[in-house]
Parts: sequence; structure tokens; C-alpha cells
Amino acid sequence: MYNPMNIIVPIKQVPETGNVKIDEEKGTIVREGVESIINPLDLYAIEIALQLKEEHGGSVKVISMGPKNAEKAIREAISMGCDDGFLVSDRAFAGSDTWATSYALSKAIEKIGQFDLVITGVRATDGDTGQVGPGISAFLDLPLATYTSGIKEIKNGHIIIERLTEEGYETLKLPIPCLLTVVKEISYPRLPTLRGKQNARSKEIPVWGPDDMGVDRSLVGLDGSPVRVVKITRPKVTRNGKIFDTNKGIGTKDAVIELMKFLKEKELI
Amino acid sequence: MSEVWTLAEQHKGQLKSISFELLARGRKLADNLNEKLSSVILGSNINNESLQELILRGADKVYLVEDPTLEHFLVEPYSNIVEYLINKYHPDILIAGATTLGRTLMPYVAIKVNTGLTADCTELEIEELTGNLLQIRPAIGGNILATIKTPKHRPQMATVRPKSIAIPERIEGRQGEILKIDVPSELLKSRTEILGARNAVDEAMGLEDADKIVAGGRGLKKSDNFNLIKELAELLSAAVGASRETVDRGWISYPHQVGLTGKTVSPKLYMAIGISGAIQHLAGMKTSENIVAINNDPDAQIFQVADFGIVGDLFEIVPAIIEELRKRKDS
Repeated sequence: MYNPMNIIVPIKQVPETGNVKIDEEKGTIVREGVESIINPLDLYAIEIALQLKEEHGGSVKVISMGPKNAEKAIREAISMGCDDGFLVSDRAFAGSDTWATSYALSKAIEKIGQFDLVITGVRATDGDTGQVGPGISAFLDLPLATYTSGIKEIKNGHIIIERLTEEGYETLKLPIPCLLTVVKEISYPRLPTLRGKQNARSKEIPVWGPDDMGVDRSLVGLDGSPVRVVKITRPKVTRNGKIFDTNKGIGTKDAVIELMKFLKEKELI
Repeated sequence: MSEVWTLAEQHKGQLKSISFELLARGRKLADNLNEKLSSVILGSNINNESLQELILRGADKVYLVEDPTLEHFLVEPYSNIVEYLINKYHPDILIAGATTLGRTLMPYVAIKVNTGLTADCTELEIEELTGNLLQIRPAIGGNILATIKTPKHRPQMATVRPKSIAIPERIEGRQGEILKIDVPSELLKSRTEILGARNAVDEAMGLEDADKIVAGGRGLKKSDNFNLIKELAELLSAAVGASRETVDRGWISYPHQVGLTGKTVSPKLYMAIGISGAIQHLAGMKTSENIVAINNDPDAQIFQVADFGIVGDLFEIVPAIIEELRKRKDS
């Protein structure tokens, strides 16, 4: 049955971890001069969206909010097979927290118009909040399933999914349109194709500011954000533990005895 | 008078341990602010003893909302009700577990009641001069600790990592009130339906709750060698964890993955075997209480975060540990 799925995938451009600089004053991430990638967990959202499009027909559109160079992430998504991309970018958005980001992205989704599904990664590897997916669903009043690990069926205006919980898996039936946040288990992301890359190069990526989307400027950016970072510290990693090197004098057996002592002392055995 | 609220969680009518952990956080905040501490619980047929247990372990009040439709968590009715309670009682602070429920419900509610939310906090404090809640959380793969506050919006909302604090002692005879709240029936409506739930047999499901974890990495060389990890884990009554690489190679399933794109764990014992300790892996486990590392590379980064380490061939060391533990079990 022809049951086209028009899907919107909000993605985030994140810095390669291990290479992060912080603006100590503003408490925000310095993105200039840092290698950026698509949030690795968003790749699973893109992949499952593309699979659904291949199976049912329809389209996959990506949106991202960030600085101008976040266009790179959008082009990368198009090179994987997404049809179109939109960039939400303006000085007014700088410093937005998850509330303000959810608001701006929900306005962008409204501007794109008719859709069946919004699919996001479960969280971004930099901010690590996992709040923007549920936040968008709350702004748009969409039914929501988080931690989605599999899609079982799409039929008669409904989608049946499985989601991960602490106890195991839950099966939910949601009406379409709805929003899903997906975990890694759902798919394995494909690589960009040559045709996709060509498409990505020539594609025009519209850039939207607050006025293009009817966004109230007082509700975005640092001033529109309910939460504020007041301090950043760098925790120390090194624990200076006891290390026994079996290549340097101590035998395996003695090292294991030392381990037993350690475990016993810490009441772990 | 304003209150500090914790969101208790139940499974089949029994309270989950996060409900009590939150009381330890909440009690400290409420005492500091000289406010009452209340727990909110939604569900069906909730065991009365466990409600009393909330009071014995620190709650002054329990707001109880019961209905057969609330047996399972569904975002819409749960958020409708929490929103209703917030608008009715105006709590100063609302904290919940950074569980699959908390991390779904809280961001949804925060938008609906127009306030801020900080995810996955490891510490909560009260700012002396203002009485504001200071929400401290690791970010960017654990590379930084950020202190965050919600200066103008109320309630101040945060989720807290499970297992990050001990359950408070029970105080026999401690008094408090249980308030049964009736909510308008239209709040119970849900467009989403739950068709079923299955407890996964996969032992990795409880990974985040495990006291001990034995985790394997690329050093195991092949899929079959995970049996060594499993054997050791069983002897230690530990759960099995894994690095991303082993999951990507299909040696073990994704629910076992610890790290930036997997689970964040904080057990009493984390034993990393054949794991080099890439920053992405460390992000998921470096807050563990005790870290033991076994790796053949003395320069492996995992040794930097280890409390105890053995440099050497894991295929000699792990069987020796297994043998030693067996001996101790038998004697």
C-alpha cells in the first residue's frame, strides 16, 4: 500500500569530543576553529527516516539550528540521501538553552509544514540533555515516544514502535503525526553516496532567522532561556591508582593476589 | 509555604529505588530552604507500605494520584497531571530521576509549564544569597562540570542520575501526610496506547542499576572471548558491559554498551578488561566508585582513571582471577 511518509529530522552539529573549548565567561561552547560533525546519535534518526522513505515513499527533510557553518552537517545529511535541508541561524539564537531551542525548532517545523513524523536522536553527545526531542513534541503538541528501538508497523494512520526502558521493551501505538526519539539499536547508519554528495553540493539550503518563522525574539537566545550556566569547571580525571605491570617484575599470580586484596579492602568480594 | 518536590516512580505498584534516592537530595534542599519536602507519585494500586516508606525516609507529604490508566507511564496523562499539580500547588523545586521516565516526562512538562530544566545532575545545592537551586552536571563527554541555575522561572526543575546517592535511612515513627488527589478525568486521556511490555531477558537491561560491572573491549580479540567476561561477571555477581568497538563488531548487543553513545553507569566496581579507555568510553563510566583496569598497553588511558590496574595479557590474568574467585567460593 502506498503510504508516503514525510519525515522531518532535526539534527545538531557537535564538536568532535576531546577537542572542546569553553568560553569561560559565557559558559558556552566555542565552536570556531573546532572540527564539527553531525551528532553521532542523529545518524540513527537519519538512517531510520531514509529506510521508512524507501519503504513507504515520501521525503526526508533535515533541519538544524546553529551557526552558519552548521550547513555542513545539513549537506552531509543530504549526501546520505535526505531530500532537503533548512538551517535555523541568527545571532538572536546564540546561547539558547533546551527550552529556547525546542521553541525555535518547533517554529521551523511549522514553517516546513505538513509532515507525518519527526524523528530525532535520543540526545546530542555535547550537551547530552536529551531534552530537545521531547521539548519539540510538547511545543507542537505531538504524541511522543522516546528511546525508540524499533518500528514494527505503519498502518491506517498509526505507527507501532518498541521502546527501551529500564525493565525491557514496551510496545506503543501512536497516531500519526507524532515524534520519535531513537536509540542506536534502531538501525545502522549508511555512508554518503556519490550521487548524494553531488546532490548535497548543488542543493540550496534556506537560512531562517526569527522573523522568517514568526519566532518571538524575547523567547530565544540567552535572554529567552530559563536556565543559565553560571560556572564551568574541569574535573580532574587522574586517580593515581595502584598499577602492577606484569612485564616489570610482578608475576600474574601475585598481581591477581593484589587485586583480591584490593577488592576485599573495598568490600567488593 | 512553598515546597520541594520529588517525583517518585513505580513499577507494578512497587516504588523504585530512585524514589528514595531523590528524598536524600530533596531533604537536604528542603532543610536548607526551610521548606516542606513532598513526593509525587502516579500509578495504580500502589502498595500502601511503600507510600509510608517515603515518609519514613524523609518526605513530609505524599501527593498520590491513582487510576487504572496510570499503571504504565504514558507521557500525555502523566504530564497533564504533573502540570495540573504544579499549577495547583506551585512547588519551588521539582526533581526527578534521570531515568527513561524522568528524561521523557520532565522535558515535556518543563515546556508546558514554561520553565527551565537541567538534565542528569550529579549535585544539587542551594545558593546562599538567593535561595536558587544550583544544578551541577557533567557535559561534553564529562569533560566539564557546569553549574546551572533557573533564576526567574518556577519550579526549578532537574533530573538526577540514578544510583548517584545512597538511600536515606528510615526513621521509625516519622510522621507525614498522604494526600490522595482527584484529578479531572480529561487529564487521563492519551492519544498513545501501550500495547504491551516485555521484560528483556538480556542481562544488560539492568546495567545502569548494577552495583558491579565487568566490561570487555577490543582486547578480547573475538566474539567468543566475551565468555571470559561473562564468567568473571557471574562470579562477581556483576553485569556485563562493553566498549563501542565490540558492539560495532557485533560481539555483543547494544544494550551492553557503556560510553558516550551508550549507557552512563556509576557502579561500586567497574572492571575494564581489554578496554583502552577512549574519552568516549570514559565519559560513560568515570564516575564509578572503584575502577579496575586490565590491559596489555601500559600507556592505555584507562589506567589514568583506574584505582587498581594490571598491565599484562588478559588471557592469562582473567583466567587467574576466575580461578582465584572459584577457590574462595569453594572454601
